[in-house]
Amino acid sequence: MLARGHSIRRIFFLDTGAEISSSHRVLPQDETDPALAWQSLHAEHGIALEICISSALKYGMLDDAEAARHARSHATIQPAFTVAGLGQLVDACAHSDRLITFGG
Amino acid sequence: MNVASMDKNSILVVIRCSPYGSSLAKSSVDVALAMAAFEQAVDVLFMGDGVLQLMPDQDSRSSGLRNMGKQLASLPLYDVSQIYVDEQAAGRYNLNMTEHSIKIELLSPSDMNQLMVKYDHLLGF
Repeated sequence: MLARGHSIRRIFFLDTGAEISSSHRVLPQDETDPALAWQSLHAEHGIALEICISSALKYGMLDDAEAARHARSHATIQPAFTVAGLGQLVDACAHSDRLITFGG
Repeated sequence: MNVASMDKNSILVVIRCSPYGSSLAKSSVDVALAMAAFEQAVDVLFMGDGVLQLMPDQDSRSSGLRNMGKQLASLPLYDVSQIYVDEQAAGRYNLNMTEHSIKIELLSPSDMNQLMVKYDHLLGF
């Protein structure tokens, strides 16, 4: 999409999709971690990777602020991801001419 | 986020998951409520197993999960203008939709096809 000149407003991860942000996942050697592809999208193109905060908390995906707020010892998400409210999904729907959903 | 500056796209949230089998059911209703809370033009279609969310007299206490029936009852309070239901699926589960506490419209498969093409965005769960 980017190569064809489209712009991507953000990637929003909801429900079990929040687990993609984990910094603690260890995959078998013959499997590719899909999180790495999302992270490169962020690193190379600056696209925000945002995790729904209620999903993130439910699945233990905490950034530094949430870990501190809920008295957990450390953050558990990769720094490429940020925790955000559902308003960010609403904003993306309101301002984008296309919406693509995966999974579900 | 500046809500006042938002453009509007019409959005149909399509919910196909049963109420307590996964956390996605609650997430999907949360999305519909968030859309409505930010004054977006959002309608909801319950399709397939999703119609089970509309079961009357749900009691989720022993599961420790939130009562989805009660959460759905709040949709009209958020001005979700229209709630559509897959008529065939409701029939399959023998759900009587005429006495439901929220106002709904039953749709045949071809009605649903025609409905979906009307919206700018479809959000499927």
